[in-house]
Amino acid sequence: MSALSRFWDSDFAWDFRHSPVAVVSFLVALLLVLSAVFAPLIATMNPFVPANLNLMNGFTAPGVPNQFTNETFLLGTDDQGRDVYSTILYGMRISLFVGFAAVALGMIIGVTLGLIAGYFGGWTDAVIMRIADVQLTFPSILVAMLIFGVAKGITPVEYRDQLAIWVLILSIGLSDWVQFARVVRGATMVEKQKEYVQAARLIGRGALPILTRHILPNVLSPVLVIATISLALAIIAEATLSFLGVGAPSTQPSLGTLIRIGQGFLFSGEWWILFFPSVTLLALALSVNLLGDWLRDALNPKLK
Amino acid sequence: MVTYIFRRILQSILVLLVVGLVAFAMFTFIGDPIDNMLGQERTQEDIDRLRGVLGLDQPFVVQYVKFVISAMQGNFGVSYEQGRPVAQILAERAPATLELAAVSALFALSLGVVLGVYTAIHRKGFVANLVLTLSLIGVSLPTFLIGILLIYLFSVQLDWLPSFGRGETVDLGGWTTGFLTSSGMRALILPSITLGLYQMTLIMRLVRSEMMEVMRQDYIRFARARGLSERAITFRHALKNTMVPVITVTGLQLGSLIAFAIITETVFQWPGMGLLFINAIKFVDIPVMAAYLMLISVMFVGINLIVDLLYVSIDPRLRT
Repeated sequence: MSALSRFWDSDFAWDFRHSPVAVVSFLVALLLVLSAVFAPLIATMNPFVPANLNLMNGFTAPGVPNQFTNETFLLGTDDQGRDVYSTILYGMRISLFVGFAAVALGMIIGVTLGLIAGYFGGWTDAVIMRIADVQLTFPSILVAMLIFGVAKGITPVEYRDQLAIWVLILSIGLSDWVQFARVVRGATMVEKQKEYVQAARLIGRGALPILTRHILPNVLSPVLVIATISLALAIIAEATLSFLGVGAPSTQPSLGTLIRIGQGFLFSGEWWILFFPSVTLLALALSVNLLGDWLRDALNPKLK
Repeated sequence: MVTYIFRRILQSILVLLVVGLVAFAMFTFIGDPIDNMLGQERTQEDIDRLRGVLGLDQPFVVQYVKFVISAMQGNFGVSYEQGRPVAQILAERAPATLELAAVSALFALSLGVVLGVYTAIHRKGFVANLVLTLSLIGVSLPTFLIGILLIYLFSVQLDWLPSFGRGETVDLGGWTTGFLTSSGMRALILPSITLGLYQMTLIMRLVRSEMMEVMRQDYIRFARARGLSERAITFRHALKNTMVPVITVTGLQLGSLIAFAIITETVFQWPGMGLLFINAIKFVDIPVMAAYLMLISVMFVGINLIVDLLYVSIDPRLRT
């Protein structure tokens, strides 16, 4: 039997096929991720190259030909004549890149510290978990804002816009490592009591290979669940920071930045500049969130 | 119990000292205050003299102790952007945020308890399921989108409520309040719904699950057997026992309300501390950022401490 058909017959895949919510949210998320990845191919233009823009196209309503240039735009244009459909595709690239990178960073820090705290115990454990407790006292969005502000203060003024995306990743990543660390620590404490770890220790393997080769693979499934839910949270956190004006700059706008720009036209009737980025953000956050919820239930044997 | 209280207080102080260290490190390592204060034509002597005057030539620990002492007296230095004492700016902005948070908490608690009880009793009802589904969607909506949606509905389309600012306020000796004018009250409605909605769904779900748990217990069955009315059972016997966790969560969420007010205040241009903090981040105004951080940690740690202590006094089982 090939690996693929074995996967198709597994409990996990059966669960997935029989949960309409999971299938639909997976397809929506996949569609959004793919369209973000292939944005240069399916967008009508790169809206962030000024040479591509024609100011006469500004404020074209969706699907209606522009009165000066007679061009039609599927989702309309903003004040500078940028095609909203293309800005969303490129904006989603930034949102997803920041989201994935931030979760990866948080995951690496959290899993590493969790393994160390759980395996060694004692004062190492105490120090790491107390830091986690202090950080957990505050909402993670506040921690992210603070790290963003501090990092912004350290970077030289001329690089601030270029580095903003990386600062954003750093601040969101550092704000959500705690969840990973707590879960991995708990699982590690359980695993290290088991015979295979004792056996590995007896044949004289060092702490590092035991942690990475033996314990890590066995604590990964809860990490996967947290990573998916964290991704939804990171996308929302990024959008929130960018919306507040302390995230992605308008030269490299994410969905949050686009919503902030669109909010300015709420009262003047150009609803499409705000509406379409908001709906995209919602679809993205909701589908990833539902997928994470399903994954949590599917990987939890207690619920079966 | 005395040792428990003592240990909790000690823990809280430790957390505050750590946060203070972070705030102090921000002052020390981000930007040189000398650069901010002296002009281009400075000499090394000027720099050294100012360092002496400001106490920057002293060891790190001495500087930190001095920082903590002046912070406890409410002295956080002067804002780089506005050139006024930070404490004064924060005192002006605090009433707006606190009034917003208080109204949101009231909204979340009252509606959350009512809807929670309702959905627990009418578990299979259409309305209850509708409420639960809507709340699930509401939780996954980012706060700022809810705010924009409310503005679009009630300000742009219906033109019922103002979309920004506090309306007219009355100055009560240093405390500006929006409670005393009708425009101030109207301005409070949309921001407090935006801010309180998430907490409302949280409280609703908590009340619902606690109520369902309690309603299964024997003493409720005995109350029914005694012939008490359904209303008396629900409110006098069942609801009362769900209140301990509800009070805890509401208390703990009070801090988040003040923190999440940052988002709501930006959407509605509400002149509170959150808007001040966001602007401080944009302008890298370190004293304001540090002071806001300290203030909000005092609130968070204080609320956590009070809730823990209240817990002990409400629930006799925790007293040993």
